[in-house]
Amino acid sequence: MPDKKQDFIDQSLQDLNNDGVDRRGFLKCMAWAGTGLVWTLSGGIPMSRAFAKGHGRDAGKGGDFSFVQISDSHIGFNKPANPDVTATLQRAIDKINAMPHRPDFIIHTGDLSQLSKPSEFDTLDQALKGASAKQIYFVPGEHDMLTDNGEQYLQRYGKGTKGTGWYSFDHKGVHFVGLVNVANLKAGGMGSLGHEQLEWLEDDLKARSSSTPIVLFAHIPLWTIYPDWGWGTDDSEQALSYVKRFGSVTVLNGHIHQIMQKVEGKVSFHTAMSTAFPQPAPGTAPSAGPMKVPADQLQRVLGITDVNYLVSGRSLAVVDSPLGGSSSSASENAGPSLAVADAIHS
Amino acid sequence: MKKNNVWVAGFAASVVIAMVLLLAGSPNVTANDQAAAANVAVNIDNFVFGPQTITVPVGATVTWTNKDDIPHTSVSTEGVFKSKVLDTDEKFSYTFTRAGTYPYYCTIHPKMTGKVVVQ
Repeated sequence: MPDKKQDFIDQSLQDLNNDGVDRRGFLKCMAWAGTGLVWTLSGGIPMSRAFAKGHGRDAGKGGDFSFVQISDSHIGFNKPANPDVTATLQRAIDKINAMPHRPDFIIHTGDLSQLSKPSEFDTLDQALKGASAKQIYFVPGEHDMLTDNGEQYLQRYGKGTKGTGWYSFDHKGVHFVGLVNVANLKAGGMGSLGHEQLEWLEDDLKARSSSTPIVLFAHIPLWTIYPDWGWGTDDSEQALSYVKRFGSVTVLNGHIHQIMQKVEGKVSFHTAMSTAFPQPAPGTAPSAGPMKVPADQLQRVLGITDVNYLVSGRSLAVVDSPLGGSSSSASENAGPSLAVADAIHS
Repeated sequence: MKKNNVWVAGFAASVVIAMVLLLAGSPNVTANDQAAAANVAVNIDNFVFGPQTITVPVGATVTWTNKDDIPHTSVSTEGVFKSKVLDTDEKFSYTFTRAGTYPYYCTIHPKMTGKVVVQ
């Protein structure tokens, strides 16, 4: 690896570990992030509050549930950034299985494989069989549609879906929509949903009442994070215009291998960590390629996302957990947890 | 005929090699880069085709090599050529037999674009 690239990575790591937060401030953030956060939508203004273990007063209300988002497993990747991505996926599954509440299902937001090889999909399937949640919903990443226009992906993970693999389903009063923004990409562009899918989405949402909580999930972010690296979706604004009338919209994405959050009106956007390898923060490296971190730090920059739905507030709480360390060990949770807390504070 | 060309290339002066290969229009240019002006390399490094624009003579063979830890493709925007998915260190070659401008991109990371100008 060229020295220049390594310098950028060292700098990124330094930024990750030294966010200008002193130890006292950091522990305060930790205490907050460790208990999770609930998005509450009140009069169109999103507010956040910490929620205690067992979801406090909301605990036990009928209809409350949680699900887990995992992303970017890249099974088959074997480069220095993580020579054993199957092991880290397994660790993510162990973490899901160790949760005090069993999630109703898992959403995988794409890049299941590195090269769309049957053996890679087989390995993923085998690992996911061991998850406590048996229902798993997928959307493809660009790595899952490399060889055959996504035919194999559709056969394995997209039975009964529309087009290149989009679909929707309802769960305990929440409407979920899985979108595909990695197919038929145009030269010079970013992610793309395409006309046919947008028409379907408009139609799919038409019949829902505005009070229905909506969860959109897709591989590439549905908000523009960094166009130079293609971290956005060219026609996402059209899609988001269809959800404007809804009171609670949560958008879950992967692709960028790091946590980013944004709230815009009643829509909260969130990207998940990868289970395979981290990528640099936008613009902090010559490219978006895999970021090699010291082996003992890898588990801190990989992780899973736990999403809790509380019926009483019609709100979804998004909590990110790195694979390594427990919430009682502040130092091991540094990067990702701070990223969550920071996003909420601002 | 092809075998013969390669055999000749092993002994001839560099200019002659280039001429022989050009005349033969062989897609399998095996002489080293300095020896053959008709063999042009494009490296894919840090999600960039380098050089992004290359100008080559008619009959030139362009070879793309992926130097990244992430797979890429090199695909003509107008359907003229299409590589398979190139994993790390994998190569794709195409011989340009007609003058023209050939824009191309990586279908996996479409922000990555390049151009081959054949004169």
